[in-house]
Amino acid sequence: MIKVTDLHKSFGDLEVLKGINAEVREKEVVCVIGPSGSGKSTFLRCLNLLEEVTSGEVVIDGESLTNPKININKLRSQVGMVFQHFNLFPHKTVLENVTLGPIKVKDTPKEEANELALQLLEKVGLSDKANSYPNSLSGGQKQRVAIARALAMNPKVMLFDEPTSALDPELVGDVLEVMKELAKEGMTMVVVTHEMGFAREMGDRVIFMDEGVIMEEGIPSDIFDNPQNPRTQSFLSKVL
Amino acid sequence: MIETLTDIFTSRHWQGTLPFIWRGLQLTLYITFVGVIVGFFLGTAAGLARLSKSKIIYGLATIYIELVRGTPILVQALFLYYAITNFGIYFDAITAGIIAIAINAGAYIAEIVRGGVESIDKGQMEAGRSIGLSSVQTMRYIIWPQAIKRMIPPLGNQFIISLKDTSVFAIISINEVTFLMRQYASSSADTLVPYIMLCLAYLIITIPSMVILRRIERRLDV
Repeated sequence: MIKVTDLHKSFGDLEVLKGINAEVREKEVVCVIGPSGSGKSTFLRCLNLLEEVTSGEVVIDGESLTNPKININKLRSQVGMVFQHFNLFPHKTVLENVTLGPIKVKDTPKEEANELALQLLEKVGLSDKANSYPNSLSGGQKQRVAIARALAMNPKVMLFDEPTSALDPELVGDVLEVMKELAKEGMTMVVVTHEMGFAREMGDRVIFMDEGVIMEEGIPSDIFDNPQNPRTQSFLSKVL
Repeated sequence: MIETLTDIFTSRHWQGTLPFIWRGLQLTLYITFVGVIVGFFLGTAAGLARLSKSKIIYGLATIYIELVRGTPILVQALFLYYAITNFGIYFDAITAGIIAIAINAGAYIAEIVRGGVESIDKGQMEAGRSIGLSSVQTMRYIIWPQAIKRMIPPLGNQFIISLKDTSVFAIISINEVTFLMRQYASSSADTLVPYIMLCLAYLIITIPSMVILRRIERRLDV
């Protein structure tokens, strides 16, 4: 589903990604862990071209992102993104947040978009908030709306950029619950996270990144219980 | 000279100036409204141009803004009314005045627009793009509606500034309220009452505007 080959990304003189090779298969949940500044968020943001790629290739569902002829808007509509700080549209109601993409990008008729949005809000447990504005919601509720907003485009892949890092601890559970539900339904997911519990339980594979490269990857039980790379060992000893 | 205080209060010029105030103020408001509305579109274009990645577009907008902000509106009015005739372009005084207000308001509004758009969190653009909206769509449906709310207070201020700016057009003989009161003062030989009335004429517009603005500002804060 996603194939990344020798991905490099620099901000000016600072090289943040130094040659990433990775693959995500269909219906796979890949969790990316690592210390702050390791480049994991940048890596994720390169997957829908929110960051311009310096060199290397990213192929999603057979289409190369680095091909200059690609219709980037169409591609982004197939890749859902959930941000650390939610980035809901504060001037629109919860329902409008979810329907905007389908209506404007896919030309879905409004009634149909509303119906779909209500189903998705039901799914994330927020159908009673459809007509509220984002500012009246808790962080956990905001993030669940953001997930519904991304799902409304019926994406092939969902990217999560530290989706629970900005939440109060007691609100993390609800969001993780929704993500687990998605994973069980077979959604292809790439999750940058500090939630080691989630990575261990839900990840099909875990990628450990540090200093702009993938240091180690494997199934969760190997990574968490028997890390090979000394960097992984030292990181895990600090966070677990 | 004023002989006694009573002379001031009983002056017939309080009444006498009223028709001129009324007539002049209409023209003042007309020039201000038309000028600021045109200026708003000019300013929006220049403000968005200042956000452009293209160096040429950015450069052109910057030149416009700096030229206008760096010269007095009085000089601009003289230029538009007198100097430009050398190029075979003739504006009547009112048109020259409206253009002067428009380019001036436009230059300041450009910075208001740029500031307003830049004040919107970068995550909003990213969120819009990530659901597949183009950058123009994201600007239109997500960024602009939020930015315009924040622009209302400074736009209101600009309206008040432009209103006061129109007083300099007395120099190119536009029959706006300042011009008429100057005439009244010189023909009546009373230099006090007409100018008090002139101040009141501006205040009757500006003070309510400021009160309304402050109220909107407070509501937007919430």
